[in-house]
Amino acid sequence: MNNIYNIAKARIEKGIVTEELNLIGEELRSEIQKKFSRSLHIREVDTGSCGACESEIISATNPIYDIQRFGVDFVASPRHADALLVTGPVSLNMALALKRTYDAMPSPKFVITAGDCAFDGGPFKGSYYIEGGVSKIIPVDFHVPGCPPKPIDLIKHILLAVKNTKIRER
Amino acid sequence: MNYKEFQKIFIEKSGFAAELISEAGDEVYIKTNSENYPGTCLLLHKELASPVMIYFAEDNRKKSDVFTLYCGFLGKQIKKWVFAVLDVPKDTPEFPSISKEIVSAQLFEREIREMFGLIPSGSPDERRLRLHEEVWPEGYYPLRKDFVKPEKIGNTGREYCFDKIEGEGVFEVPVGPVHAGIIGPGHFRFSVAGEPIINLELRLGFTHRGAEKLFEGRTVKDSLKLAECVSGDSAFAHGLAFSLAVEKASGVMVSERTKLNRGICLELERIYNHVNDIGGMAVDVAFSYPQALASVIKENILRLNEKLTGHRYLKGVNSFGSCGFSFEPAIQKEAYEVLRQAENDILVLKEMLFASVSFMDRVDTTGLLHRNTAEDFGITGVAARAAGIKADLRTIFPGVYMKSSFMLARQAKGDVLARLLVRFDEIAVSLRIINEFMQFLAESNKEDVNSSVEKEGTGLGCCEGFRGPVIYWVKLNSEGKVERCKIVDASFNNWQALSYCVLGNIVPDFPLCNKSFDLSYSGGDL
Repeated sequence: MNNIYNIAKARIEKGIVTEELNLIGEELRSEIQKKFSRSLHIREVDTGSCGACESEIISATNPIYDIQRFGVDFVASPRHADALLVTGPVSLNMALALKRTYDAMPSPKFVITAGDCAFDGGPFKGSYYIEGGVSKIIPVDFHVPGCPPKPIDLIKHILLAVKNTKIRER
Repeated sequence: MNYKEFQKIFIEKSGFAAELISEAGDEVYIKTNSENYPGTCLLLHKELASPVMIYFAEDNRKKSDVFTLYCGFLGKQIKKWVFAVLDVPKDTPEFPSISKEIVSAQLFEREIREMFGLIPSGSPDERRLRLHEEVWPEGYYPLRKDFVKPEKIGNTGREYCFDKIEGEGVFEVPVGPVHAGIIGPGHFRFSVAGEPIINLELRLGFTHRGAEKLFEGRTVKDSLKLAECVSGDSAFAHGLAFSLAVEKASGVMVSERTKLNRGICLELERIYNHVNDIGGMAVDVAFSYPQALASVIKENILRLNEKLTGHRYLKGVNSFGSCGFSFEPAIQKEAYEVLRQAENDILVLKEMLFASVSFMDRVDTTGLLHRNTAEDFGITGVAARAAGIKADLRTIFPGVYMKSSFMLARQAKGDVLARLLVRFDEIAVSLRIINEFMQFLAESNKEDVNSSVEKEGTGLGCCEGFRGPVIYWVKLNSEGKVERCKIVDASFNNWQALSYCVLGNIVPDFPLCNKSFDLSYSGGDL
């Protein structure tokens, strides 16, 4: 039994940690230290994405990228969050839920959108049942392009966001 | 039973004239009228032992003043799709409901009602499915050709009506649409008495983006991109099913190499998703270590995907008449290496899970889906195979799988453990098949890629995605643009299986049951 865990441990540790990721990560960590006293908590909301963005966001937490070691954590409630990460083109059914999630967050707060859909509807532009972008419902501060954005791009853009954020007071 | 025998039996039992039955490749269309329509559907349902697999309407008012309904069944033995076709006159938009006899038709009928304004008379459930009452006004039917977007959306003052369970000590637990995890939106309403769940009602439609309407009027090339965004984790399966439908509609031949390449992509998609689900099941019982390993395996497959096709989720690799990625010997060697490593890792993962008593205790006998429930609701894919139903499109329309050592993975019990085992077995089969396909590719000659010409016509394309069948029915007009596109993802009907299998289980086991199905919100909501 122990043996299995050791094999698995070796595999998980072997994850390819690239120079680039480490550099970005270290910078991200020190920025978060300064601005958010050690931890940036993010709430994720899917407003009608196809699921690929979610999959990549989850990938950013796997042992290879392990975004948590830089101080970023995904939390279960908007009440615990410093930032909102939104995917999807905002279907009509999700507009109210998105607004309420944003309102439930304590200030100061900022919003990042991920994926082409969240920017302007992406491939679903022109549909009868979407709002066509998150900025139609809540103020958006940063955007991560891609369909879906890769984990490394997500981490890069979270760094950019943390660096440039001017936290909005209510 | 072959098709000839089936035709004979069908004509004998129904008294239909043979002229009313038209055959096109592996699709059969039977023309009915409003009197014999329910009877025909029921006969097909019984004779073919098939649930309603695809059921949709088409707005033909411009050409012939009617809406046309297609109710499709899958003949596993005759290896054909059989449709009962009914014309509904535009002045009396009503048709006889079949969902009292055939339960698997119910969601489809609700869909037809809200999208086309056609009324299934006698249908037991009249509620809307995706166009929520709270935001969408009455009298607007998006899939009608003359649809215009309502001017005022939202604040309709109406509300959805949940089933009410009443009694002493019964309470409701509403969850969603925004969930605690990084996952799609949906609303679950549990009615609980003490510990066990006594009713679960799912309200979905939160990710409805109007995909089917967006297809209309687009060129097939643009449509393919859209198809790949219907359900992100089955991007390839959706793209493939759409391509197959278009290729069939316009008569494009596909080379053997393309088929093998597509087979490889389809199996890669299956592997990374199944591994992800297994990891998800582990973390849902707070066993995070296997999940970490599973996510490493998934990441490695995603990276292989990117190396092979340029996209981690295989978007953009498939096209009409071809599936363009080349296997340089160096890349092929690397692919073998990654797959071999994945195989070893999965064995470790399996041993770790199965050696854990507390994990096994949580999955064994949890979330039982009985075979007859599954059959009634038209459950397909992994969920059906775990309940003992022998259904896999790869055995019905084998294509290149014919030459491979493909074996259908099946379990009898229908609990979370059975679905877990099916996933493990399918991963093993997929890994083996990819190796075989790569071998075939190395042996086969290079062929020219067919140039595709889009012609007018209709076609049904299907493939077995990792959840189950992905079905596209496409009609192209004379300009080669899409006239109507109907999408059925396995999630659509399978959500009902979830609401049945949790009954009697405790609420904390719900995430586990949910993950064992791993259904797509966006694939079901379109």
